[in-house]
Amino acid sequence: MVVGERKPFDEITGMLEGHKKIMVLGCGGCVTVCLTGGHDEVRVLSSQLRMARDNAGNPIEIVEKTVERQCDPEYVEEVSGIVPDVDAVLSMACGAGVQYVAERYPGMPVYPALDTTFVGGSTKEGYYVEKCQTCGACKLFYTGGICPIARCSKSLLNGPCGGSTKGKCEIDPEVDCAWQLILDRLKSLNRMDLYEENMAVNDWRTNRDGGPRKMIREDFQR
Amino acid sequence: MANFEPTIVAFCCHYCAYGAADLAGSMRLEYPPNIRVIRLPCTGKITPVFLLRAFEKGADGVYVAGCLEGDCHFIHGNLVAKPRVNYTKKLIQEVGLEPERLEMFNMSAAMGPRFAEVANEFTERIRQLGPSPLNKKMRRVDTEAA
Repeated sequence: MVVGERKPFDEITGMLEGHKKIMVLGCGGCVTVCLTGGHDEVRVLSSQLRMARDNAGNPIEIVEKTVERQCDPEYVEEVSGIVPDVDAVLSMACGAGVQYVAERYPGMPVYPALDTTFVGGSTKEGYYVEKCQTCGACKLFYTGGICPIARCSKSLLNGPCGGSTKGKCEIDPEVDCAWQLILDRLKSLNRMDLYEENMAVNDWRTNRDGGPRKMIREDFQR
Repeated sequence: MANFEPTIVAFCCHYCAYGAADLAGSMRLEYPPNIRVIRLPCTGKITPVFLLRAFEKGADGVYVAGCLEGDCHFIHGNLVAKPRVNYTKKLIQEVGLEPERLEMFNMSAAMGPRFAEVANEFTERIRQLGPSPLNKKMRRVDTEAA
């Protein structure tokens, strides 16, 4: 899932200065799962904003709404009846969702309430870690299902660097050395032959270096 | 602030704190009338939304009372509530309320006197803090109107 983190409260209130009636728009996708931008978080943030503005003697009216997903035009369309009645939209989706809302409603200020942080998953409830860097050329076959691009701090492709100590990375004793994990796993799979193969220098064109990316399913094009 | 009577919402779990409140009543123990008890099946039901809404609707203080740690009727509901209450303290601080206006207490159903004690202590604490900043303006309007 795409993981996001709520922006500092002061930054959000700063963006909303001068607005009297806004919509706080949640997203039912990834950010609901990572507990930062779903129905509940919309209610919490709206409640906080109302209280902060009341406290400052400058009340704000808030419409609370959460759609299935903000990264699909048909769901963004669902709020078309509400948008004309508000001064601004505060989107609690990831960066993609915010842009879909902004694109659909020209002339309407759309602000992000979250900082989109990474693609990852949970290790336990409320604890999320990065697992994928969307490099566009998956190497997990060669590395025992552990990603060296996202999980090695240097994105090394052919074994660990000298900063690997007792299975941990030199950047932080809490962070596992991805290459230690890969080696342990390849050993347990009895596939150390994969480690013997040299991986070529990475072609970063499939990553962001090739500019904005797209994916098209031909059979869905009309 | 001597004549300030705070409004306090107490979220009490059915199996312990609400039982303790009941016992406090049966024992004819006195506790301040400022406390508005809301019964929950378990404090594990508490979310920041409940607590924030209580403040938004005019509470000067809010507390959550659950079973003793390790004795939750639903095994670990009170341990779920504890970090949520602590997290909500930060949320209310962001909007300009003192985190001391929110607290979590633990008591068994047999602790009627403790229920009354907590009610007294917390009411006194909120009385010292004064009205919630959100209510001050409202109260001033009320007084002016009167």
